[in-house]
Amino acid sequence: MKIRKNIAISENGFIFNPLTGDSFSINETGVAILQQLKDGVKSEDIVIFMMNEYEIDKHSAEKDLTDYLSMLKSYQLTENE
Amino acid sequence: MKPHYESPFIQKLNAGMLNKFGSRTEYIPVKHIDNVPVAELMDTFGSPLFVISEKTIRQTYQKALKTFKMRYPKVQFAWSYKTNYLDAVCRVFHQEGSWAEVVSRFEYEKAIHNGVPGNLIVFNGPDKSKEDLKLAVANGSLIHIDHFDELYMLIELMEQIKDKTARVAIRVNMDTGVYPQWDRFGFNYESGQAYNAITKIIAQEKLQLEGLHCHIGTYMLTANAYAVAARKLCELAASFQNATGNSIKYLDMGGGFCSSNTLKGSYLQGIDIVPTFDDYAEAITNTILQFGFKPNELPLLILETGRALIDNAGYVLGTVLATKRLSNNRRATISDIGVNILFTSFWYNHRISPAQDFTHHAEETALYGPLCMNIDCLRESIVLPLLKKGDHIVVHEVGAYNMTQWMQFITLRPNVVMIDMNGKPHLIRKSETLDTIVENEIVPEHLL
Ligand SMILES: Cc1ncc(COP(=O)(O)O)c(C=O)c1O
Repeated sequence: MKIRKNIAISENGFIFNPLTGDSFSINETGVAILQQLKDGVKSEDIVIFMMNEYEIDKHSAEKDLTDYLSMLKSYQLTENE
Repeated sequence: MKPHYESPFIQKLNAGMLNKFGSRTEYIPVKHIDNVPVAELMDTFGSPLFVISEKTIRQTYQKALKTFKMRYPKVQFAWSYKTNYLDAVCRVFHQEGSWAEVVSRFEYEKAIHNGVPGNLIVFNGPDKSKEDLKLAVANGSLIHIDHFDELYMLIELMEQIKDKTARVAIRVNMDTGVYPQWDRFGFNYESGQAYNAITKIIAQEKLQLEGLHCHIGTYMLTANAYAVAARKLCELAASFQNATGNSIKYLDMGGGFCSSNTLKGSYLQGIDIVPTFDDYAEAITNTILQFGFKPNELPLLILETGRALIDNAGYVLGTVLATKRLSNNRRATISDIGVNILFTSFWYNHRISPAQDFTHHAEETALYGPLCMNIDCLRESIVLPLLKKGDHIVVHEVGAYNMTQWMQFITLRPNVVMIDMNGKPHLIRKSETLDTIVENEIVPEHLL
């Protein structure tokens, strides 16, 4: 899944979507994952990234990532591939 | 060390709603109850778990008693058994000086079992058998007659009992300006039914009318309704005095004071709108004091307060079983606290706190129980910090009606502990097991 190119992410967790005019707040984990997505990292690798960065097991990481990606999609922050 | 993990989270910011959704919630984690760590309680006694604070019961009781005694010389509480009849709870109230108020043979026997002298038991309710009445007469209990069938049954019974009188009161229902009017219990005031019942009792040698009783409703949001009710009972007492020359010994105003829970559908928080003990006390005692009883004939004021005395002393602790997304992407959180053990979630939007630290992100979620039933919803919508499987939650103000109205349905009822005045938890009701349930079942031989 890819993040739209024109989405602005601030370091303290605010996102602005110029397409819809919506703004969002995300937490630290959310920012980190969004950055990975921007860099084009694949989902499987983001799970590994999460396990390296945080104290979390594979299943929980996968579950949380799936949930997060579904929210990004519902907010139209992602691009159709 | 790796940084503390929090699930990735995104929340849309809506103009004007920043406070409600984007930023910090008003909640602080509740990690202790009476200084006992919540996590420790759950480790020891399991989840879900009911917790009762003995200290809170005593403090609330003493505050209520003081509020009334400051204004009126003769006040007596009678603990409403149906509100919470766990023995340990009842005994705290009895130690504080409460009589017992019961509405069935089962509750009556429980009061006796808890050491309450028979003459300090108020026996209410529409369901008293001849045998029940016989027992109550023998023990000198206060029989609050609910309907004419009961009155006539008692009259017949007394013909067979020698050397005893029955101490009775009638329950009176009335218009107090509050809708809906509770008119299914007792004798109606406005229609003259109540006075007819009194006349009938006066004519009975072996029936002694000691009191007048009402219970005008529950969770009464207007204290003034009690002023109206007290006034009407005073009028009846005066009529009785005119007819007999005797005074009524007590007026029992029943229960019905609000706890600070928030009713479902109420926009305002309960704590901001419910009358205080002072408001109720002022309404009731002013009315009686100003009615014009002679000082030596002031009736004893009995109160059967239930929920307002116990709700805030009860908590239920639970564990998050799962989180998921509903079809519209709303968050849903499933905990192990179901409506089967938390009956009051049908009436109240209970306050719920996380039991561990959390970050400033909060999310609107539906909060469901563990039952495989659509009705099993504790809160249709609540803003909570990000919760994950295994996290603990604390539901507040659940002391009234849950530990009596809970159902053994789908799952078993959990442990109940009471934290004593020194902060020591005691198991006061063991969780049920399969045996608890099948013990009362009998399988016919051909199915064995
Ligand atoms: C006769 C009677 N007294 C007292 C109570 C206690 O009421 P509450 O919990 O509203 O104070 C009840 C409850 O229904 C009742 O029926």
